[in-house]
Amino acid sequence: MELPLDFATLRVIWWGLLGVLLIAFALTDGFDLGVGALLPFVARTDEERRMVINTIGATWEGNQVWFILGGGAIFAAWPFVYAVSFSGFYLAMFLVLSALILRPVAFKYRSKRPSPKWRSFWDWCLFIGGFVPALVFGVAVGNVLIGAPFRLDSDLRSFYEGALLGLFTPFALLCGLLSVTMLVLHGATWLGLKAERGPVQKRAFAIGTVAGLLSLVLFAAGGAWVAFGDLGFRIVSEVDPNGFSNPLRSTVEAAGGAWMDNYATYPWMLIAPALGFLGTAAALLGLWRKSEPVAFIGSSAATVGIISTVGLSMFPFILPSSIDPGSSLTVWNASSSHLTLFIMLGVTVVFLPLILIYTAWVYKVLWGRSTTAALKTNPDLY
Amino acid sequence: MTKGVFGSMIDLAVVDLSRLQFALTALYHFLFVPLTLGLAFMLVIMESIYVMTRRPIWRTITKFWGTLFGINFVLGVATGLTMEFQFGMNWSYYSHYVGDIFGAPLAIEGLMAFFLEATFVGLMFFGWDKLKPVTHLFVTFLVALGTNLSALWILIANGWMQNPVGSTFNPDTMRMEVTDFMAVLFNPVAQAKFVHTVSAGYVIAAVFVLGISAFYLLKGRHKGFAKRSMTVAAAFGLASSLSVVVLGDESGYALTDNQKMKLAAIEAMWETEPAPAGLTAVGLPNMVDHRTDYEIKIPYVLGLISTRSLDGQVEGILPLVAVAETRIESGMLAYDALERIKADPEDVTARGDFELRRNDLGYGLMLRRFVGDPREATPEQVRAAAWATVPNVPVMFWSFRIMAGIGFLMIGLFATAFILCTLRKHETKWFLRLAVLAIPLPWIAAELGWIVAEVGRQPWAVEGVLPTFLGASSLTVPQLWGTIIGFTVLYGALAVVEVGLILRTIKKGPFAGHGDSDSEPGSPSGETEPATA
Repeated sequence: MELPLDFATLRVIWWGLLGVLLIAFALTDGFDLGVGALLPFVARTDEERRMVINTIGATWEGNQVWFILGGGAIFAAWPFVYAVSFSGFYLAMFLVLSALILRPVAFKYRSKRPSPKWRSFWDWCLFIGGFVPALVFGVAVGNVLIGAPFRLDSDLRSFYEGALLGLFTPFALLCGLLSVTMLVLHGATWLGLKAERGPVQKRAFAIGTVAGLLSLVLFAAGGAWVAFGDLGFRIVSEVDPNGFSNPLRSTVEAAGGAWMDNYATYPWMLIAPALGFLGTAAALLGLWRKSEPVAFIGSSAATVGIISTVGLSMFPFILPSSIDPGSSLTVWNASSSHLTLFIMLGVTVVFLPLILIYTAWVYKVLWGRSTTAALKTNPDLY
Repeated sequence: MTKGVFGSMIDLAVVDLSRLQFALTALYHFLFVPLTLGLAFMLVIMESIYVMTRRPIWRTITKFWGTLFGINFVLGVATGLTMEFQFGMNWSYYSHYVGDIFGAPLAIEGLMAFFLEATFVGLMFFGWDKLKPVTHLFVTFLVALGTNLSALWILIANGWMQNPVGSTFNPDTMRMEVTDFMAVLFNPVAQAKFVHTVSAGYVIAAVFVLGISAFYLLKGRHKGFAKRSMTVAAAFGLASSLSVVVLGDESGYALTDNQKMKLAAIEAMWETEPAPAGLTAVGLPNMVDHRTDYEIKIPYVLGLISTRSLDGQVEGILPLVAVAETRIESGMLAYDALERIKADPEDVTARGDFELRRNDLGYGLMLRRFVGDPREATPEQVRAAAWATVPNVPVMFWSFRIMAGIGFLMIGLFATAFILCTLRKHETKWFLRLAVLAIPLPWIAAELGWIVAEVGRQPWAVEGVLPTFLGASSLTVPQLWGTIIGFTVLYGALAVVEVGLILRTIKKGPFAGHGDSDSEPGSPSGETEPATA
């Protein structure tokens, strides 16, 4: 059967969609994670904490689906990536899942009993459910940039030769901290939009400002490390972008500084890191001037910029191998079949706009600040 | 440990622990999912009555069962997270081998179903004062629709593992690839499983509502609330329990060798009998001597049910093992051709040889459990691999009988409930006690249903395509024990908390204040219920 889009085009589209899903997750559930991580520090009394929880209480569940859909979409479109990364980063994934499992339960169960001990316990679960995934996602991205220690045998079965603690190298920790500061800033700007004005917001803005400044420093440091350190890989053989998805048919070598190659070839890609810096700066300006929409839009732009920077720097690599570069997974060798990519694109084109429309409607219905006063009158609130 | 020809190590301890972990997390997940599936639609029914009659009691009814729905729903979400990622974590080679087909329904589930339910569930709980009643009802309906569509896509994925249609092995990518997506969607096994599974969920929800309502009536509390809830549960439960048995899951059993084997194992039927075969009501399956001791047979019934005809054959285990042996021998040749293609992708003869036997490649792979290189298998190893295609017969035999028995009990329970509700004899004491006692039964049946389906699929991860032991990730035993213990402790603790909160909510009753008030029933927040139904 002749499909209207060729294999290489579909692969690039699905590489882009993977980015869209990850960015949508970071933009929406990102502020949920950030608010979770901020909760114990910005809100002190039970009323304040309930007020903060209710800024995300009704919508975090839909936001989390971006993460689950990300998993499903990687499975469907990039099965090699799904198979290698989740089994390779096994205990890291277990950490993330355990932390995320606590989150839905903590939201729902916290308000079911009045005991302060009970509530404080679930508050700390919400903190773990926000902070741990934010940190581990960043560490994982750092390891993707470094290259993961896996090799494929001739059956294309993957073998991983690393340990959990091996993930926490200095560069990966830097990425992890950047991820935390980026999402904490995002959470703080969300509280700017949705929390009532008062002491809670003030504390959130103070922590958000520190997080934003740290983001600028960490993002710059990460950039310098990528430019002048020994990170990077290069494909040195001929590549057929329309070829079979078989990672063993290309030759790859480690090449320090290779993650900067794309910026020389396609200077427009510099928009992404620029957005990372300018967005963060705009968010800081917004927090300083108490202009809440500016702060939120700024931190959203920063999130888009920082994540896009990683993806664009690595293109066409998705998951390079540090111990056997020839096993590296790229846009050209790790996708599903031509037909599957085409069908899944069709399904996405129909459903993604629908999702955006009804999500927007739900946000519209639930729009307005969360207040401590409402806690007394509305028995449905957490 | 077996050393494969290209150095692949398959550690059977890792395989067994991976299976244990999957079984634990999946069976645990399915404690919450079916209640969500059914209760969501019961909420739609209750809220519809509220919207039509505008009587506040129906709003109270909807909100109370909604509270219990919410406590249960979050654990379904929490445990579902693990399900979405553990194929990649624990079944890495499986994920590579079939991701081209199996990944699609999971991704579509996210796009079509999971977003729907998760986006609207928040509005369902927090939108009571922000939406018109009709709009809120529509939101509740969308949540119910989302949860049920989610089940559809999961069962399309699972149905493909049972009956892998619409796909073929590609030697250049060393995996299965989709050839006909429509065949995957309209897989008859998947369709039958979907109806059966969601109906089972409806029965669970109906028993849950019926049992708790019966408890209130026994205690003489919230009678008006309880009688109305009981009536809804009786009607919904009767329809669902009939559907779960009548539209059972038997229709796919004639389709493939593994499905035939599954049926033979359920019946502990060793030899093919002349049609129509009899149904073994009870007996003791004997795995060593390949016979069933002390069996009591009901003539004709099995043949009639499973072939829907008088002359259709139901095949026995021994002849099916003989079929497997032939396919394994053919699979050895397919494996040989594949190795030649791997050595030289341009080898036209090898590709021709592979074409002839591609459907038996999976059977050739079965030998990897017994010998490093299937091409060197001895006749004894071939026979051992053929016998390995028989699932655990006693587990299948008994799980099925207990499940089916509970299914019939449920019909009896709901038929009685329906009659009593129609006659307005809601407070029949003996029946109320039975209804409370019946609460755990449908959960047991649902879990056994999955055991029948998935133990019956063994030794295949994907029937005839990929043996389970080859699908596992290259993990270590300590890693697996770490996550098994971790999940068990976490899940166990959450189960205790969940049951505690459900009991607490039931004790507080439908008229207690929401949120943090610890008020007892009958407090000023309003015992406004009328006394009669």
